[in-house]
Amino acid sequence: MELFLHQFLAGLATGGIYALMALAIVMIYQAIDSLNFAQGEMAMFSTFIAWQLLQWQFPFWAAFFLTIAIAFVGGFVIERVVFKPIRHAHQLAHIVVFIALFAIINSMAGFLWDFSIKNFPSPFGSHALFGQRLISAHDAGMIGVTLLILALLYGFFRYTRVGLSMRAAAANPESARLVGVRVGRMVALGWGMAAAIGSVAGMMIAPVVFLEPNMMTSILLYGFAGAVVGGLTSPGGAVIGGFAVGVIENLAGTFVPYVGRELKLSIALVLIVAVLTVKPSGLLGERTVHRV
Amino acid sequence: MTTKLLEARDLCAFYGPTQALYGVAFSVEAGGITTLLGANGAGKTTTLRALSAMVRTSGDIRFDGRSIAGRATEDIVRLGIAHVPEGRGTFVRLTVEENLHLGATTRHDRAGIAADIERVFVYFPRLKERRHQQAGTLSGGEQQMLAIARGLMLRPRLLLLDEPSFGLAPLLVQELFATLRRLNQEGGVSLLLVEQNASLALDLADSAYLLETGRVVMAGPAREIRKDEGIRRAYLGY
Repeated sequence: MELFLHQFLAGLATGGIYALMALAIVMIYQAIDSLNFAQGEMAMFSTFIAWQLLQWQFPFWAAFFLTIAIAFVGGFVIERVVFKPIRHAHQLAHIVVFIALFAIINSMAGFLWDFSIKNFPSPFGSHALFGQRLISAHDAGMIGVTLLILALLYGFFRYTRVGLSMRAAAANPESARLVGVRVGRMVALGWGMAAAIGSVAGMMIAPVVFLEPNMMTSILLYGFAGAVVGGLTSPGGAVIGGFAVGVIENLAGTFVPYVGRELKLSIALVLIVAVLTVKPSGLLGERTVHRV
Repeated sequence: MTTKLLEARDLCAFYGPTQALYGVAFSVEAGGITTLLGANGAGKTTTLRALSAMVRTSGDIRFDGRSIAGRATEDIVRLGIAHVPEGRGTFVRLTVEENLHLGATTRHDRAGIAADIERVFVYFPRLKERRHQQAGTLSGGEQQMLAIARGLMLRPRLLLLDEPSFGLAPLLVQELFATLRRLNQEGGVSLLLVEQNASLALDLADSAYLLETGRVVMAGPAREIRKDEGIRRAYLGY
Protein backbone atom coordinates (compact mmCIF):
# COMPACT_ATOMS: atom_id res chain seq x y z
CA MET A 1 0.00 0.00 0.00
CA GLU A 2 2.80 2.39 0.84
CA LEU A 3 4.49 1.55 -2.44
CA PHE A 4 1.25 2.24 -4.27
CA LEU A 5 0.77 5.58 -2.54
CA HIS A 6 4.39 6.52 -3.14
CA GLN A 7 4.14 5.73 -6.85
CA PHE A 8 0.79 7.47 -7.09
CA LEU A 9 2.18 10.69 -5.62
CA ALA A 10 5.32 10.50 -7.76
CA GLY A 11 3.00 10.03 -10.75
CA LEU A 12 1.05 13.11 -9.75
CA ALA A 13 4.28 15.10 -9.57
CA THR A 14 5.49 14.21 -13.06
CA GLY A 15 1.86 14.32 -14.20
CA GLY A 16 1.84 17.97 -13.21
CA ILE A 17 4.66 18.61 -15.67
CA TYR A 18 2.82 16.68 -18.38
CA ALA A 19 -0.25 18.75 -17.54
CA LEU A 20 1.69 21.97 -18.06
CA MET A 21 3.06 20.74 -21.39
CA ALA A 22 -0.41 19.56 -22.42
CA LEU A 23 -1.79 22.97 -21.50
CA ALA A 24 0.85 24.74 -23.60
CA ILE A 25 0.04 22.45 -26.53
CA VAL A 26 -3.70 23.09 -26.20
CA MET A 27 -3.21 26.86 -26.02
CA ILE A 28 -1.42 26.92 -29.34
CA TYR A 29 -3.73 24.32 -30.85
CA GLN A 30 -6.72 26.52 -29.93
CA ALA A 31 -5.11 29.49 -31.61
CA ILE A 32 -3.85 27.99 -34.86
CA ASP A 33 -5.29 24.46 -35.09
CA SER A 34 -1.84 22.88 -35.20
CA LEU A 35 0.20 20.84 -32.75
CA ASN A 36 3.40 22.59 -31.75
CA PHE A 37 6.06 19.90 -32.10
CA ALA A 38 8.68 22.39 -30.98
CA GLN A 39 6.96 23.03 -27.63
CA GLY A 40 9.35 20.70 -25.82
CA GLU A 41 12.42 22.21 -27.44
CA MET A 42 11.26 25.71 -26.55
CA ALA A 43 10.92 24.55 -22.94
CA MET A 44 14.34 22.88 -23.05
CA PHE A 45 15.97 26.03 -24.45
CA SER A 46 14.34 28.13 -21.72
CA THR A 47 15.68 25.75 -19.11
CA PHE A 48 19.18 26.19 -20.53
CA ILE A 49 18.73 29.94 -20.25
CA ALA A 50 17.80 29.46 -16.59
CA TRP A 51 20.87 27.25 -16.13
CA GLN A 52 23.05 29.93 -17.72
CA LEU A 53 21.61 32.57 -15.42
CA LEU A 54 22.34 30.31 -12.44
CA GLN A 55 25.91 29.92 -13.69
CA TRP A 56 26.12 33.69 -13.64
CA GLN A 57 25.26 33.54 -9.94
CA PHE A 58 21.66 34.68 -10.16
CA PRO A 59 19.61 33.54 -7.15
CA PHE A 60 17.32 30.65 -8.12
CA TRP A 61 14.00 32.46 -8.02
CA ALA A 62 15.38 35.50 -9.85
CA ALA A 63 16.61 33.20 -12.61
CA PHE A 64 13.28 31.38 -12.53
CA PHE A 65 11.13 34.46 -13.10
CA LEU A 66 13.54 36.07 -15.52
CA THR A 67 13.47 32.88 -17.58
CA ILE A 68 9.67 32.89 -17.64
CA ALA A 69 9.75 36.47 -18.92
CA ILE A 70 12.36 35.64 -21.58
CA ALA A 71 10.37 32.58 -22.68
CA PHE A 72 7.21 34.67 -22.94
CA VAL A 73 8.90 37.24 -25.16
CA GLY A 74 10.51 34.45 -27.18
CA GLY A 75 7.20 32.72 -27.83
CA PHE A 76 5.56 36.02 -28.76
CA VAL A 77 8.37 36.86 -31.18
CA ILE A 78 8.38 33.39 -32.78
CA GLU A 79 4.69 33.81 -33.58
CA ARG A 80 5.11 37.30 -34.98
CA VAL A 81 8.19 36.50 -37.05
CA VAL A 82 7.65 32.91 -38.15
CA PHE A 83 3.95 32.08 -37.96
CA LYS A 84 2.16 35.33 -38.66
CA PRO A 85 3.40 35.44 -42.28
CA ILE A 86 2.11 31.90 -42.94
CA ARG A 87 -1.15 32.04 -41.02
CA HIS A 88 -3.22 31.56 -44.16
CA ALA A 89 -0.99 28.78 -45.46
CA HIS A 90 -1.93 25.12 -45.51
CA GLN A 91 -1.62 23.15 -42.26
CA LEU A 92 1.20 21.11 -43.75
CA ALA A 93 3.23 24.30 -43.99
CA HIS A 94 2.74 24.80 -40.26
CA ILE A 95 3.88 21.26 -39.54
CA VAL A 96 7.00 21.67 -41.63
CA VAL A 97 7.85 24.91 -39.82
CA PHE A 98 7.28 23.24 -36.44
CA ILE A 99 9.69 20.48 -37.39
CA ALA A 100 12.21 23.05 -38.58
CA LEU A 101 11.88 24.94 -35.29
CA PHE A 102 12.38 21.68 -33.43
CA ALA A 103 15.63 20.96 -35.28
CA ILE A 104 16.91 24.52 -35.10
CA ILE A 105 16.28 25.01 -31.39
CA ASN A 106 17.65 21.57 -30.57
CA SER A 107 20.92 22.06 -32.40
CA MET A 108 21.23 25.67 -31.21
CA ALA A 109 21.11 24.41 -27.63
CA GLY A 110 23.69 21.77 -28.47
CA PHE A 111 25.87 24.38 -30.14
CA LEU A 112 25.66 26.87 -27.28
CA TRP A 113 25.78 24.52 -24.31
CA ASP A 114 26.95 21.20 -25.86
CA PHE A 115 25.25 17.84 -25.42
CA SER A 116 26.76 16.83 -22.10
CA ILE A 117 24.37 16.20 -19.24
CA LYS A 118 24.14 19.00 -16.68
CA ASN A 119 22.79 19.14 -13.19
CA PHE A 120 19.91 21.51 -12.62
CA PRO A 121 19.23 22.38 -8.99
CA SER A 122 15.87 21.96 -7.33
CA PRO A 123 14.65 24.95 -5.34
CA PHE A 124 12.90 22.54 -2.98
CA GLY A 125 15.79 20.13 -2.38
CA SER A 126 15.69 16.39 -2.85
CA HIS A 127 15.21 15.36 0.77
CA ALA A 128 12.07 13.54 1.83
CA LEU A 129 9.21 15.75 2.87
CA PHE A 130 8.52 15.79 6.63
CA GLY A 131 11.09 13.01 6.99
CA GLN A 132 8.68 10.53 5.41
CA ARG A 133 9.42 8.36 2.44
CA LEU A 134 6.03 9.01 0.84
CA ILE A 135 6.97 12.00 -1.32
CA SER A 136 10.12 13.99 -1.88
CA ALA A 137 10.23 17.72 -1.33
CA HIS A 138 10.87 18.33 -5.02
CA ASP A 139 7.87 16.22 -6.07
CA ALA A 140 5.67 18.10 -3.62
CA GLY A 141 7.09 21.38 -4.94
CA MET A 142 6.33 20.38 -8.52
CA ILE A 143 2.72 19.62 -7.64
CA GLY A 144 2.47 22.93 -5.80
CA VAL A 145 3.92 24.97 -8.67
CA THR A 146 1.64 23.23 -11.16
CA LEU A 147 -1.46 23.93 -9.10
CA LEU A 148 -0.40 27.55 -8.60
CA ILE A 149 0.01 28.09 -12.34
CA LEU A 150 -3.32 26.45 -13.04
CA ALA A 151 -5.02 28.73 -10.52
CA LEU A 152 -3.36 31.81 -12.03
CA LEU A 153 -4.39 30.81 -15.55
CA TYR A 154 -7.93 30.10 -14.45
CA GLY A 155 -8.16 33.53 -12.86
CA PHE A 156 -6.64 35.17 -15.92
CA PHE A 157 -9.05 33.60 -18.40
CA ARG A 158 -12.08 33.88 -16.16
CA TYR A 159 -11.76 37.34 -14.67
CA THR A 160 -9.63 39.60 -16.88
CA ARG A 161 -10.60 41.45 -20.03
CA VAL A 162 -7.57 40.22 -21.94
CA GLY A 163 -8.37 36.65 -20.91
CA LEU A 164 -11.94 37.07 -22.14
CA SER A 165 -10.69 38.51 -25.44
CA MET A 166 -8.33 35.54 -25.86
CA ARG A 167 -11.17 33.09 -25.29
CA ALA A 168 -13.31 34.96 -27.81
CA ALA A 169 -10.51 35.02 -30.39
CA ALA A 170 -10.02 31.26 -30.04
CA ALA A 171 -13.73 30.44 -30.15
CA ASN A 172 -14.77 32.62 -33.07
CA PRO A 173 -12.06 34.77 -34.67
CA GLU A 174 -14.40 36.50 -37.10
CA SER A 175 -16.90 37.61 -34.47
CA ALA A 176 -14.02 38.56 -32.19
CA ARG A 177 -12.71 40.95 -34.87
CA LEU A 178 -16.18 42.42 -35.24
CA VAL A 179 -16.20 43.48 -31.60
CA GLY A 180 -12.70 44.90 -31.97
CA VAL A 181 -10.53 42.14 -30.52
CA ARG A 182 -7.08 42.24 -32.15
CA VAL A 183 -7.07 38.54 -32.94
CA GLY A 184 -3.50 38.39 -34.29
CA ARG A 185 -2.16 39.93 -31.10
CA MET A 186 -4.16 37.46 -29.03
CA VAL A 187 -2.63 34.56 -30.96
CA ALA A 188 0.87 35.92 -30.27
CA LEU A 189 -0.05 36.38 -26.61
CA GLY A 190 -1.16 32.74 -26.54
CA TRP A 191 2.22 31.72 -27.94
CA GLY A 192 4.01 33.77 -25.32
CA MET A 193 1.98 32.23 -22.53
CA ALA A 194 2.46 28.72 -23.89
CA ALA A 195 6.22 29.27 -24.04
CA ALA A 196 6.21 30.65 -20.49
CA ILE A 197 4.23 27.68 -19.18
CA GLY A 198 6.62 25.34 -21.02
CA SER A 199 9.61 27.04 -19.43
CA VAL A 200 8.19 26.37 -15.96
CA ALA A 201 7.65 22.73 -16.90
CA GLY A 202 11.25 22.53 -18.13
CA MET A 203 12.75 24.10 -15.00
CA MET A 204 10.66 21.85 -12.76
CA ILE A 205 11.47 18.59 -14.54
CA ALA A 206 15.16 19.34 -15.22
CA PRO A 207 16.30 18.33 -11.69
CA VAL A 208 14.61 14.95 -12.29
CA VAL A 209 15.69 14.11 -15.84
CA PHE A 210 18.94 16.17 -15.97
CA LEU A 211 19.51 19.02 -18.36
CA GLU A 212 20.50 18.22 -21.94
CA PRO A 213 19.15 19.17 -25.37
CA ASN A 214 16.99 16.05 -25.71
CA MET A 215 15.53 16.12 -22.23
CA MET A 216 12.03 17.20 -23.30
CA THR A 217 11.45 14.69 -26.08
CA SER A 218 9.72 12.09 -23.93
CA ILE A 219 8.11 14.75 -21.73
CA LEU A 220 6.52 16.29 -24.82
CA LEU A 221 5.22 12.89 -25.89
CA TYR A 222 3.57 12.46 -22.49
CA GLY A 223 2.24 16.01 -22.83
CA PHE A 224 0.70 15.12 -26.20
CA ALA A 225 -0.81 12.02 -24.61
CA GLY A 226 -2.27 14.16 -21.83
CA ALA A 227 -3.68 16.66 -24.30
CA VAL A 228 -5.23 13.92 -26.43
CA VAL A 229 -6.66 12.08 -23.41
CA GLY A 230 -8.23 15.26 -22.10
CA GLY A 231 -9.31 16.62 -25.44
CA LEU A 232 -7.29 19.01 -27.58
CA THR A 233 -9.93 21.70 -27.36
CA SER A 234 -10.23 21.73 -23.58
CA PRO A 235 -7.59 23.32 -21.32
CA GLY A 236 -9.23 21.76 -18.25
CA GLY A 237 -9.26 18.39 -19.97
CA ALA A 238 -5.59 18.70 -20.90
CA VAL A 239 -4.67 19.28 -17.26
CA ILE A 240 -6.66 16.28 -16.05
CA GLY A 241 -5.24 14.25 -18.94
CA GLY A 242 -1.68 15.24 -18.03
CA PHE A 243 -2.09 14.22 -14.39
CA ALA A 244 -3.80 10.98 -15.46
CA VAL A 245 -0.98 10.09 -17.85
CA GLY A 246 1.60 10.71 -15.12
CA VAL A 247 -0.17 8.46 -12.65
CA ILE A 248 -0.95 5.71 -15.18
CA GLU A 249 2.62 5.73 -16.45
CA ASN A 250 4.06 5.42 -12.97
CA LEU A 251 1.68 2.78 -11.69
CA ALA A 252 1.96 0.67 -14.85
CA GLY A 253 5.74 0.92 -14.69
CA THR A 254 5.67 -0.40 -11.13
CA PHE A 255 2.87 -2.91 -11.07
CA VAL A 256 2.40 -4.25 -14.60
CA PRO A 257 4.98 -6.95 -15.29
CA TYR A 258 7.37 -6.40 -18.22
CA VAL A 259 6.57 -2.70 -18.51
CA GLY A 260 9.19 -1.51 -16.05
CA ARG A 261 11.34 1.47 -16.91
CA GLU A 262 12.02 0.54 -20.51
CA LEU A 263 8.48 0.28 -21.83
CA LYS A 264 7.07 3.22 -19.89
CA LEU A 265 7.20 5.58 -22.85
CA SER A 266 5.12 3.27 -25.00
CA ILE A 267 2.30 3.71 -22.51
CA ALA A 268 1.92 7.27 -23.76
CA LEU A 269 1.63 5.99 -27.33
CA VAL A 270 -0.85 3.29 -26.34
CA LEU A 271 -2.95 5.95 -24.60
CA ILE A 272 -2.88 8.22 -27.63
CA VAL A 273 -3.95 5.44 -29.99
CA ALA A 274 -6.58 4.11 -27.60
CA VAL A 275 -8.20 7.50 -27.02
CA LEU A 276 -8.15 8.41 -30.70
CA THR A 277 -9.80 5.09 -31.53
CA VAL A 278 -12.46 5.05 -28.83
CA LYS A 279 -13.23 8.72 -28.16
CA PRO A 280 -11.34 11.02 -30.53
CA SER A 281 -12.60 14.17 -28.83
CA GLY A 282 -11.01 13.11 -25.54
CA LEU A 283 -12.45 13.30 -22.04
CA LEU A 284 -13.68 16.89 -22.10
CA GLY A 285 -13.04 17.91 -25.69
CA GLU A 286 -15.68 19.38 -27.89
CA ARG A 287 -16.86 17.42 -30.87
CA THR A 288 -16.61 19.63 -33.87
CA VAL A 289 -19.40 19.16 -36.34
CA HIS A 290 -18.73 20.33 -39.85
CA ARG A 291 -21.65 21.20 -42.05
CA VAL A 292 -21.34 19.78 -45.52
CA MET B 1 -29.45 69.66 -45.61
CA THR B 2 -28.80 66.54 -43.58
CA THR B 3 -25.31 65.17 -43.20
CA LYS B 4 -24.25 61.78 -44.40
CA LEU B 5 -22.77 59.53 -41.70
CA LEU B 6 -21.79 56.77 -44.08
CA GLU B 7 -21.30 57.02 -47.79
CA ALA B 8 -20.11 54.32 -50.17
CA ARG B 9 -19.16 55.07 -53.74
CA ASP B 10 -18.21 52.68 -56.50
CA LEU B 11 -17.92 49.85 -53.99
CA CYS B 12 -16.76 46.54 -55.43
CA ALA B 13 -16.17 43.33 -53.47
CA PHE B 14 -14.43 40.09 -54.33
CA TYR B 15 -14.42 36.55 -52.95
CA GLY B 16 -11.16 35.26 -54.33
CA PRO B 17 -11.41 35.72 -58.09
CA THR B 18 -15.20 36.11 -57.99
CA GLN B 19 -16.63 39.59 -58.01
CA ALA B 20 -19.74 40.01 -55.86
CA LEU B 21 -20.38 43.77 -55.92
CA TYR B 22 -20.14 45.99 -58.98
CA GLY B 23 -19.80 49.66 -58.11
CA VAL B 24 -22.44 49.94 -55.42
CA ALA B 25 -23.24 53.42 -54.08
CA PHE B 26 -25.42 54.25 -51.07
CA SER B 27 -25.46 56.37 -47.94
CA VAL B 28 -26.82 56.50 -44.41
CA GLU B 29 -27.91 59.87 -42.99
CA ALA B 30 -26.77 60.80 -39.50
CA GLY B 31 -29.58 59.60 -37.25
CA GLY B 32 -31.26 57.89 -40.17
CA ILE B 33 -32.23 54.35 -41.08
CA THR B 34 -31.25 52.94 -44.45
CA THR B 35 -32.27 49.54 -45.67
CA LEU B 36 -30.76 47.33 -48.35
CA LEU B 37 -33.29 45.10 -50.05
CA GLY B 38 -32.88 42.33 -52.54
CA ALA B 39 -33.22 38.63 -53.16
CA ASN B 40 -30.84 35.96 -51.90
CA GLY B 41 -27.44 36.40 -53.47
CA ALA B 42 -28.03 40.01 -54.47
CA GLY B 43 -25.05 41.14 -52.42
CA LYS B 44 -26.68 42.56 -49.28
CA THR B 45 -24.56 40.63 -46.80
CA THR B 46 -21.49 41.20 -48.92
CA THR B 47 -22.11 44.94 -48.78
CA LEU B 48 -22.07 44.86 -44.98
CA ARG B 49 -18.99 42.65 -45.00
CA ALA B 50 -17.32 45.10 -47.34
CA LEU B 51 -18.02 47.94 -44.91
CA SER B 52 -16.36 45.92 -42.11
CA ALA B 53 -13.38 44.96 -44.29
CA MET B 54 -14.21 41.27 -44.11
CA VAL B 55 -13.94 40.82 -47.88
CA ARG B 56 -11.53 42.26 -50.42
CA THR B 57 -12.93 45.54 -51.69
CA SER B 58 -12.21 48.46 -53.93
CA GLY B 59 -13.92 51.83 -54.09
CA ASP B 60 -14.49 54.53 -51.53
CA ILE B 61 -16.19 54.26 -48.15
CA ARG B 62 -16.52 57.40 -46.07
CA PHE B 63 -17.58 57.44 -42.45
CA ASP B 64 -18.19 60.84 -40.93
CA GLY B 65 -16.42 62.40 -43.89
CA ARG B 66 -13.24 60.34 -43.54
CA SER B 67 -12.25 57.51 -45.83
CA ILE B 68 -12.18 54.13 -44.07
CA ALA B 69 -11.34 52.02 -47.11
CA GLY B 70 -8.34 49.79 -46.47
CA ARG B 71 -8.64 49.80 -42.69
CA ALA B 72 -8.69 46.56 -40.71
CA THR B 73 -11.93 45.23 -39.22
CA GLU B 74 -10.71 45.88 -35.67
CA ASP B 75 -10.02 49.53 -36.46
CA ILE B 76 -13.35 50.12 -38.18
CA VAL B 77 -15.08 48.90 -35.00
CA ARG B 78 -13.15 51.53 -33.08
CA LEU B 79 -14.73 54.28 -35.17
CA GLY B 80 -18.11 53.33 -33.74
CA ILE B 81 -19.46 50.95 -36.37
CA ALA B 82 -21.02 47.86 -34.80
CA HIS B 83 -21.74 44.94 -37.12
CA VAL B 84 -24.28 42.33 -36.07
CA PRO B 85 -23.53 39.54 -38.53
CA GLU B 86 -25.86 37.13 -40.23
CA GLY B 87 -26.31 33.99 -38.17
CA ARG B 88 -25.65 36.22 -35.18
CA GLY B 89 -22.05 35.23 -34.45
CA THR B 90 -22.54 34.98 -30.70
CA PHE B 91 -19.87 33.30 -28.61
CA VAL B 92 -21.93 30.25 -27.72
CA ARG B 93 -19.66 28.88 -24.99
CA LEU B 94 -19.45 32.21 -23.17
CA THR B 95 -22.16 33.55 -20.88
CA VAL B 96 -24.58 36.28 -21.87
CA GLU B 97 -22.73 38.75 -19.67
CA GLU B 98 -19.34 37.78 -21.13
CA ASN B 99 -20.75 38.30 -24.62
CA LEU B 100 -21.89 41.77 -23.61
CA HIS B 101 -18.51 42.60 -22.08
CA LEU B 102 -16.88 41.55 -25.36
CA GLY B 103 -19.08 44.04 -27.15
CA ALA B 104 -17.32 46.71 -25.10
CA THR B 105 -13.82 45.42 -25.90
CA THR B 106 -12.75 48.76 -27.33
CA ARG B 107 -13.95 50.78 -24.34
CA HIS B 108 -12.12 51.43 -21.10
CA ASP B 109 -14.71 53.17 -18.94
CA ARG B 110 -15.47 50.44 -16.43
CA ALA B 111 -18.40 52.24 -14.83
CA GLY B 112 -19.89 53.19 -18.19
CA ILE B 113 -19.73 49.59 -19.36
CA ALA B 114 -21.50 48.34 -16.24
CA ALA B 115 -24.17 51.02 -16.71
CA ASP B 116 -24.61 50.12 -20.37
CA ILE B 117 -25.09 46.46 -19.52
CA GLU B 118 -28.00 47.47 -17.28
CA ARG B 119 -29.26 49.73 -20.06
CA VAL B 120 -29.38 46.97 -22.69
CA PHE B 121 -31.15 44.80 -20.12
CA VAL B 122 -33.90 47.42 -20.14
CA TYR B 123 -34.22 47.04 -23.91
CA PHE B 124 -33.94 43.25 -23.73
CA PRO B 125 -35.26 42.08 -20.33
CA ARG B 126 -35.03 38.40 -21.34
CA LEU B 127 -31.26 38.71 -21.39
CA LYS B 128 -31.18 39.89 -17.80
CA GLU B 129 -32.88 36.69 -16.63
CA ARG B 130 -30.28 34.68 -18.50
CA ARG B 131 -27.21 36.76 -17.82
CA HIS B 132 -25.18 33.86 -16.36
CA GLN B 133 -26.29 31.29 -18.93
CA GLN B 134 -24.12 30.13 -21.81
CA ALA B 135 -25.20 31.96 -24.97
CA GLY B 136 -25.53 28.63 -26.79
CA THR B 137 -28.41 27.64 -24.53
CA LEU B 138 -30.54 30.64 -25.55
CA SER B 139 -33.35 30.38 -28.06
CA GLY B 140 -32.88 31.79 -31.54
CA GLY B 141 -34.75 34.96 -30.71
CA GLU B 142 -32.78 35.49 -27.51
CA GLN B 143 -29.50 34.96 -29.35
CA GLN B 144 -30.57 37.58 -31.88
CA MET B 145 -31.29 40.01 -29.06
CA LEU B 146 -27.94 39.19 -27.51
CA ALA B 147 -26.17 39.88 -30.80
CA ILE B 148 -27.83 43.28 -31.10
CA ALA B 149 -27.24 44.05 -27.43
CA ARG B 150 -23.58 43.15 -27.89
CA GLY B 151 -23.43 45.56 -30.81
CA LEU B 152 -24.94 48.31 -28.64
CA MET B 153 -22.26 47.79 -25.98
CA LEU B 154 -19.86 49.51 -28.35
CA ARG B 155 -22.00 52.66 -28.04
CA PRO B 156 -22.04 52.67 -31.81
CA ARG B 157 -22.84 55.62 -34.01
CA LEU B 158 -23.83 53.23 -36.76
CA LEU B 159 -25.29 49.76 -36.35
CA LEU B 160 -25.05 47.33 -39.27
CA LEU B 161 -27.77 44.70 -38.97
CA ASP B 162 -27.76 41.61 -41.16
CA GLU B 163 -31.17 39.92 -41.32
CA PRO B 164 -32.21 40.56 -37.73
CA SER B 165 -35.63 38.98 -38.33
CA PHE B 166 -34.20 35.73 -39.67
CA GLY B 167 -35.69 32.67 -38.00
CA LEU B 168 -37.75 34.63 -35.49
CA ALA B 169 -41.43 34.15 -34.70
CA PRO B 170 -43.59 36.97 -36.18
CA LEU B 171 -44.46 38.34 -32.74
CA LEU B 172 -40.78 38.54 -31.79
CA VAL B 173 -40.01 40.28 -35.05
CA GLN B 174 -42.58 42.99 -34.28
CA GLU B 175 -41.08 43.43 -30.84
CA LEU B 176 -37.55 43.55 -32.21
CA PHE B 177 -38.37 46.18 -34.81
CA ALA B 178 -40.13 48.31 -32.21
CA THR B 179 -36.93 48.12 -30.15
CA LEU B 180 -34.84 49.09 -33.16
CA ARG B 181 -37.03 52.13 -33.70
CA ARG B 182 -36.61 53.11 -30.05
CA LEU B 183 -32.85 52.71 -30.30
CA ASN B 184 -32.81 54.97 -33.31
CA GLN B 185 -35.08 57.64 -31.87
CA GLU B 186 -33.99 57.65 -28.22
CA GLY B 187 -30.38 56.54 -28.61
CA GLY B 188 -29.63 58.38 -31.84
CA VAL B 189 -28.05 55.28 -33.38
CA SER B 190 -28.07 55.29 -37.16
CA LEU B 191 -28.99 51.97 -38.73
CA LEU B 192 -28.06 50.17 -41.90
CA LEU B 193 -30.48 47.29 -42.17
CA VAL B 194 -30.28 44.29 -44.47
CA GLU B 195 -33.58 42.49 -44.49
CA GLN B 196 -35.47 39.79 -46.37
CA ASN B 197 -38.72 41.07 -44.94
CA ALA B 198 -39.04 44.09 -47.23
CA SER B 199 -42.35 45.25 -45.84
CA LEU B 200 -41.03 45.53 -42.29
CA ALA B 201 -37.79 47.10 -43.42
CA LEU B 202 -39.55 49.76 -45.49
CA ASP B 203 -41.79 50.63 -42.54
CA LEU B 204 -38.76 51.27 -40.37
CA ALA B 205 -36.36 52.85 -42.83
CA ASP B 206 -36.33 56.33 -44.28
CA SER B 207 -34.32 55.46 -47.36
CA ALA B 208 -33.96 52.23 -49.28
CA TYR B 209 -31.78 50.65 -51.94
CA LEU B 210 -32.64 47.66 -54.03
CA LEU B 211 -29.76 45.35 -54.95
CA GLU B 212 -29.74 42.87 -57.81
CA THR B 213 -26.73 40.68 -58.63
CA GLY B 214 -24.30 43.04 -56.97
CA ARG B 215 -25.67 46.32 -58.35
CA VAL B 216 -28.02 49.00 -57.01
CA VAL B 217 -31.00 48.97 -59.33
CA MET B 218 -33.25 51.35 -57.45
CA ALA B 219 -32.80 53.93 -54.71
CA GLY B 220 -34.96 56.47 -52.96
CA PRO B 221 -36.97 57.38 -49.87
CA ALA B 222 -38.54 54.28 -48.33
CA ARG B 223 -42.12 55.49 -48.74
CA GLU B 224 -41.64 56.00 -52.46
CA ILE B 225 -39.92 52.67 -52.96
CA ARG B 226 -42.84 51.08 -51.17
CA LYS B 227 -45.27 52.52 -53.73
CA ASP B 228 -43.28 51.22 -56.68
CA GLU B 229 -45.22 48.68 -58.69
CA GLY B 230 -42.26 46.36 -59.36
CA ILE B 231 -41.11 46.30 -55.75
CA ARG B 232 -44.59 45.65 -54.55
CA ARG B 233 -44.98 42.61 -56.77
CA ALA B 234 -41.52 41.17 -56.36
CA TYR B 235 -40.76 41.82 -52.69
CA LEU B 236 -43.94 42.77 -50.87
CA GLY B 237 -46.10 40.06 -52.37
CA TYR B 238 -49.38 41.82 -53.00
